[in-house]
Amino acid sequence: MEVANGLNVARELGLKEEEYERILAILGRVPTPTEIAMFSVEWSEHCGYLHSRRWLELLPREGEFSPLRGEDAGGIVYDDLAVVFKMESHNHPSQVEPRQGAATGIGGVIRDILGSGARPIACLDSLHFGPREDERSLYVFRGVVEGVAFYGNCVGVPTVAGELYFYPAFRGNCLINVMCLGIAPREKLTQAKAQGEGNYIVYVGNKTGRDGIGGCSILASQEFGAEERRPSVQIGDPLAEKCLIEATLEALDTGHIVGIKDMGAAGLTCSTSEMAASGGSGVEIDLDLVPLREEGMEPWEIMMSESQERMLLCVRRGYEEEIIQIFRKWGLEGEVIGEVKDTGRVTIKWRGEVVADIPALELTRPPVYTPPRERPLYLDEVNNFSLEDVSPPLNYEEVLLRMVSSENLSSRRPIFEQYDHMAGINTVLLPGSGTVVLRVKGKKWGIAVTSDCNPLYCYLSPREGAKMAVAEAARNLSACGARPAGVTDCLNFGSPEKPDRYWQFVEAVEGLSEACRFFGIPVVSGNVSFYNENPEGAIFPTPTIGMVGIIEEVEKVVSAGFGEDDLILVLLGETKEELGGSEYLRIIHNREEGPPPRVDLEGEKNLQELLITLAEEEIVSSAIDLSEGGLALALVESSVTEENPRGVIVDLECLGDMREDVLLFGESGGRALVSVKGELLNSLQRLAQEQNVPCQVIGKTGGEKLVIKKGGKSLISLSVEELKNRWEGGLGE
Amino acid sequence: MKFGIVVFPGSDCGYDCHHVLSQVLEAETVFIWHGDKNLKNCDCVVLPGGFSYGDYLRAGALARFSPVMEAVKEFAENGGLVIGICNGFQVLTEAGILPGAFLPNRGGRFICRHVYLRVENNQTPFTLLFAPGEVIKIPIAHQQGNFFIDSPHQEEVKKHIVFRYCGPQGEIDSRYNPNGSWENVAGIVSREGNILGIMPHPERAAEEILGSEDGRRVFLSVIKWWEDKKWK
Repeated sequence: MEVANGLNVARELGLKEEEYERILAILGRVPTPTEIAMFSVEWSEHCGYLHSRRWLELLPREGEFSPLRGEDAGGIVYDDLAVVFKMESHNHPSQVEPRQGAATGIGGVIRDILGSGARPIACLDSLHFGPREDERSLYVFRGVVEGVAFYGNCVGVPTVAGELYFYPAFRGNCLINVMCLGIAPREKLTQAKAQGEGNYIVYVGNKTGRDGIGGCSILASQEFGAEERRPSVQIGDPLAEKCLIEATLEALDTGHIVGIKDMGAAGLTCSTSEMAASGGSGVEIDLDLVPLREEGMEPWEIMMSESQERMLLCVRRGYEEEIIQIFRKWGLEGEVIGEVKDTGRVTIKWRGEVVADIPALELTRPPVYTPPRERPLYLDEVNNFSLEDVSPPLNYEEVLLRMVSSENLSSRRPIFEQYDHMAGINTVLLPGSGTVVLRVKGKKWGIAVTSDCNPLYCYLSPREGAKMAVAEAARNLSACGARPAGVTDCLNFGSPEKPDRYWQFVEAVEGLSEACRFFGIPVVSGNVSFYNENPEGAIFPTPTIGMVGIIEEVEKVVSAGFGEDDLILVLLGETKEELGGSEYLRIIHNREEGPPPRVDLEGEKNLQELLITLAEEEIVSSAIDLSEGGLALALVESSVTEENPRGVIVDLECLGDMREDVLLFGESGGRALVSVKGELLNSLQRLAQEQNVPCQVIGKTGGEKLVIKKGGKSLISLSVEELKNRWEGGLGE
Repeated sequence: MKFGIVVFPGSDCGYDCHHVLSQVLEAETVFIWHGDKNLKNCDCVVLPGGFSYGDYLRAGALARFSPVMEAVKEFAENGGLVIGICNGFQVLTEAGILPGAFLPNRGGRFICRHVYLRVENNQTPFTLLFAPGEVIKIPIAHQQGNFFIDSPHQEEVKKHIVFRYCGPQGEIDSRYNPNGSWENVAGIVSREGNILGIMPHPERAAEEILGSEDGRRVFLSVIKWWEDKKWK
């Protein structure tokens, strides 16, 4: 191939001219088409983190719990177990082909966990779409939910929690962030490495086809244009994945596996080069031995294919047959396709000829870019909101009913009931309140997990929004009694090549880093998804947080619902005069304006500690953190979330002289609503004082109505039965 | 007594049944591979929930052709105890071991939630620890749970209904029927009473920490029935 021709091929596959020149320098010759293909996927934004790597170094890696960092997934160590987790995006494929895009997103992240040697025990989905009144958005939303149900239910890993938001900014580019969590005895964890000359490289799982070619480079690392991208989407086979989980764990148990890596983005290219590089060795692969689904596949197609449900193993020489038999027993492919060499090179043969020969380390060392960034102009325009701009509502009942039945605040039950969230019989605290708690069989302790991010806050202030996402996730976990232990992040932004988008990204990473560092929570794994834009513009910047916590005695888990009458309601934390960025402002006054609530990290930390203590000492009967929709929504959720709804009587007088809409719907952080038995109120107040957390008695449970007043003025008196119906029917799905 | 849990490639709930039987109830429990015809001298065979062979076609449609099902059929015909849970129930109907068939849920969607069941018959090996008419709470998780029986067989099958979907007070009403099944059927036994098909998952309601222990009594009934029989 000539230089000029090579450059054209490289450009086609998304490489830049200077990158092509670097490839020439590395190889000292003109690359083959297969080599160009391999560089194009390994050095894609999706696999190579070109624009983000420099900033991700800011994130804290250490914390209160000892962290684990692996190649694809990280985690924490607790007791004698490793809890491994990772969140990943599958935005572009899902926008193009919602059902398969979402399905294969789940498959991919499950294999990341499996590749660490852990058994996947739970999945979460954080989903963002355009409003459902938009036909295409509704189609994408329903397709995605269907895809999650199709794949997640069949694969047998319960989908336990997540988020679902609708904003116009996601009209042309949805967000599908999928998280998986797994556990393993700490000594059983494996690495993605190829080591020991003469050991075999074994291909296992489904066959390789033409699906998903260029998924990571062409689809995930560019903006959406006008043309069709469907061929780049992969097709999912959850039964094969289920068998792959069982067979892989069985194979790992033999002790003959040196290293393992899933073949996800960039398929064989990524798994061979990264295993060789991290093992400090080379590998030689014969493509004629790769199980193929289609005839006539070119070597570059085989190397770029992103066919699903495949893993690559490095197996100790002499044990390959035993390992292969395990996979065949489960109805999967299992073939030796190469071996470990001490060359430090990835050498690919096809029909007796070498079609690629690249130093492994160079392939896994993509360029780093830090282009200029610039504060976007829109920020000044959208952060000017003041209370005088909107008048308080005349009818609070009407406002509350509209809010509880709105797209973003209503119950997610119609969605999570389509997912098997109980498979594995570990789900102790069922979905509904944001956090889910899983028991660990044979242990006293349990795992709490949640995901969080308010994209509107992040649009209004990427830094404060990112801090709030961390604070809110931590508040969510501590409300049920869990101590935050580790974070995985999925950073969704527009094109990093546009200075204003890149500025948003850096601001958010700095905010994320500051909050995690302050709380002592390590970021153990993550993913960056850039180029989330279409001709109409970029998405709201969305740094989604997946957070995992440990609850020492899982039997003491605190739920959100009011369980009996005559409990005293206590609001913890300080309510500030803030309405910016709130759902109230958006839904009722049609304004997406800020500034969003400011994060008080110190106050948040105090509240977390208090909530954990209250759970451990079994003082509170229920706890729920305040977030979107403020105090009013927290009251409604706690009232109606149990099978039998329960009324409350609340008086806002003690919260100070603020506007009623601010008290009810403001979204100040650092707050939680707890209920407590009369005889335990003193203990609660003492502990709150010790932790320096403001604490106000605002009412009690009982009756069949949700009654809210301020002094002598009645604001709301609605039947909880009606509220329950409106809340649960809000999505209308 | 010894339980055997059949493992099809996609039997997601096999481990859950194994946990409940071997850890919670401390009963002898083994796995039986779908390619084997040897039931390992089990006294009760459990066909667990899940997606046997992926169920891309129709739930349970392929599983009936597996080697193990020949053995299960023979075992059942000889009076052996068989429990089919969820997908296991679907497999039993596909294999003709239990009557009826399953249609997609009325709403067309997968549903996972706790439901109430009324115990219609406590004179079976699977229900003898329940009171007649007792209302119990057990979760469902399925997309094709809409039990159908053609009219010539309805009279007969009616006699063998064991569990029906109901309201919190035991009300039998279509609004408490999550999937549209005929007669609110959630579980039936065979004519001889030795085979149970149940759509809800009793293994998911066998420990207090999971919110209900009602399902545990299905397995405890089997153990008690077996012990009593031994004495006779």
